[in-house]
Amino acid sequence: MTATGSTPTPGGQLREFVTPEGVDLRLRVGSAGERAAAFLLDAAIIIVTLVVFVITVGFAGVALASLGAPELKNGLGSAVFIVWLLGFFFLRNFYFVTFELGARAATPGKRILGLRVAARDGGRLTSEAVFARNAMREIEVFLPLTFLVASGGAGADPVAGWVMLLGLAWTGGFALFPLFNRDRLRVGDFVAGTWVVKSPRERLTIDLLDALETAQGQNGQGGFVFTSDQAGAYGIKELHVLEDVLRRKDAKTLAAVAERIRTKIAWRALPDETDTAFLSAYYAALRGRLETRLLFGHRRRDKFDKA
Amino acid sequence: MKDLQLKSRRFRAEREGDWRRLETLLARVEGRSAAGLSDEELLAIPVLYRATLSSLSVARATSLDHSLIDYLESLSTRAYFFVYGTRAGIGVRLGRFFGETWPAAVRGLWRETLVSLAITVGAALVGYLLVSGDPSWFGGMSGGMSEGRDPTATTAYLRHTLYDDGGQQAPLAALAAYLFSHNAQIAIFAFALGFAFCLPTAFLLAQNGMTLGAFFAVFVSHGLGFELGGWLFIHGVTELFAIILSGAAGFRIGWRVAFPGDRTRIDAAAEAGRAAAPVIAGVVLMLVVAGLLEGFARQLIQDDWARYAIAISSLIIWTGYFYLPRRAPSRELGRTA
Repeated sequence: MTATGSTPTPGGQLREFVTPEGVDLRLRVGSAGERAAAFLLDAAIIIVTLVVFVITVGFAGVALASLGAPELKNGLGSAVFIVWLLGFFFLRNFYFVTFELGARAATPGKRILGLRVAARDGGRLTSEAVFARNAMREIEVFLPLTFLVASGGAGADPVAGWVMLLGLAWTGGFALFPLFNRDRLRVGDFVAGTWVVKSPRERLTIDLLDALETAQGQNGQGGFVFTSDQAGAYGIKELHVLEDVLRRKDAKTLAAVAERIRTKIAWRALPDETDTAFLSAYYAALRGRLETRLLFGHRRRDKFDKA
Repeated sequence: MKDLQLKSRRFRAEREGDWRRLETLLARVEGRSAAGLSDEELLAIPVLYRATLSSLSVARATSLDHSLIDYLESLSTRAYFFVYGTRAGIGVRLGRFFGETWPAAVRGLWRETLVSLAITVGAALVGYLLVSGDPSWFGGMSGGMSEGRDPTATTAYLRHTLYDDGGQQAPLAALAAYLFSHNAQIAIFAFALGFAFCLPTAFLLAQNGMTLGAFFAVFVSHGLGFELGGWLFIHGVTELFAIILSGAAGFRIGWRVAFPGDRTRIDAAAEAGRAAAPVIAGVVLMLVVAGLLEGFARQLIQDDWARYAIAISSLIIWTGYFYLPRRAPSRELGRTA
């Protein structure tokens, strides 16, 4: 398989990720924007949960007190206080851990963005790693926040102001850590040996060749015959573009692409052939030729490739 | 229907059933838990996973259907995470954590623990000596937690803070909750700060120790040293132990990030993180205990000797739990033999 130098080299967000079976799954790392969005979603969920929880406890307390248990009234304030404190503590520290230990290895925010946590070495995602990556959130999120809040309180004192500014710059470095490495690792990922990758759910779409066959069956138009020169005018890159165009079914694009291909291969149009029918037939011919050549070890990357 | 001339198409037609089956099973597993599947279905997943991986390899080599390869990549990735994911039940995991992982991790950090202990004790001594010599040092060291317990306070007032919980103070449960979440946050913080090359963690430990020393100096000057010891150590043994351990965990990470040795920095950091993380998870639990002791036991038990008894027994329990040699790991057996 390697003899053909087959698979395109990973670049951009794609990373090599070899399973124990020796297959490279080519994972896509989550971008900084996706990571930030997921975190903001989670933060919003935490805050809303907490507020709702505290209000519920408060109302329950008030209801109980009005039922004629006056001693509860004194306990009410402290009950709300306890719920707030412990709720905040547990949500702050265990919300992420609990969800990331689950089957999907992702918090609700990450799920929405199609992300998940994985061990960088391809092994199991251990609970130690999940705990470590989330304990580090302390210096990535809460420490900069503390400095930010404190800097507001520094007032006119210039020394305090400078100290806060330095503190903010220092801790900001932790918060922005993901922007300074190509795998978008945050400090927690760095320490825990994890990373956050896309785990998209692709649907198995219909094979375009099946679609072509159905269409031909209905209209009885099988009259497309391409010479080997015509079928070999393009490479794999163009084939994939053509596939995307056919799947998207945008009439304008179809017409434009069909026109260019007709010109390139000097095609003499059949009587009342449609753009879609022509492109589908050409796709089948091109793919057939390229795949046959592939079996013999020739992977023609694009139309400039002479292989 | 015409026969399928293209090999890639025939390939897809033959394998598609397996892929769809794997996809359905995965959707069920991801939706809920693995408990929803029968044994037969659970056993089928790894087999289908390997079949799909092989399909992916074949498709990459022979098929030019872009969307098919995308689909197979995504399906294999999902299956991979399930097959190689963690699936032990929460009970088993907790058992393993308390039985092996936590004490073993604490023992593994013994060097850092000693350093952290030395810093705390050293800082406490310094704080004690400074404040004994010149009470004006107190303000800078108490960390704003003195609440009137400063060198100018009367002996009667100081004694009152040790024994009365004060009628209008927060109820005990609220106090316990506050103390716990405050201290636990500091512990996690000390751990996380270790990443910045140990120094901030050392600073946090030193500050903690100095405050301790300064308080002792104030109370000792009023002849209340013994009583303060009971008041402090009833929960302080557990709490200080927890904070020292979290400092140790932070040191391990900072040290390995700064001096990775013959490993790459990123590997060394990950290794240190995994070694230190169980310690921190456990420290949070220790602080729950400390918060309960501080919030309830200290206010309910007013006798000095009883307070000391709890303090000493908690020290024995923790050190015994962490450091007593145990049978399970085979390495330890080999060493004693």
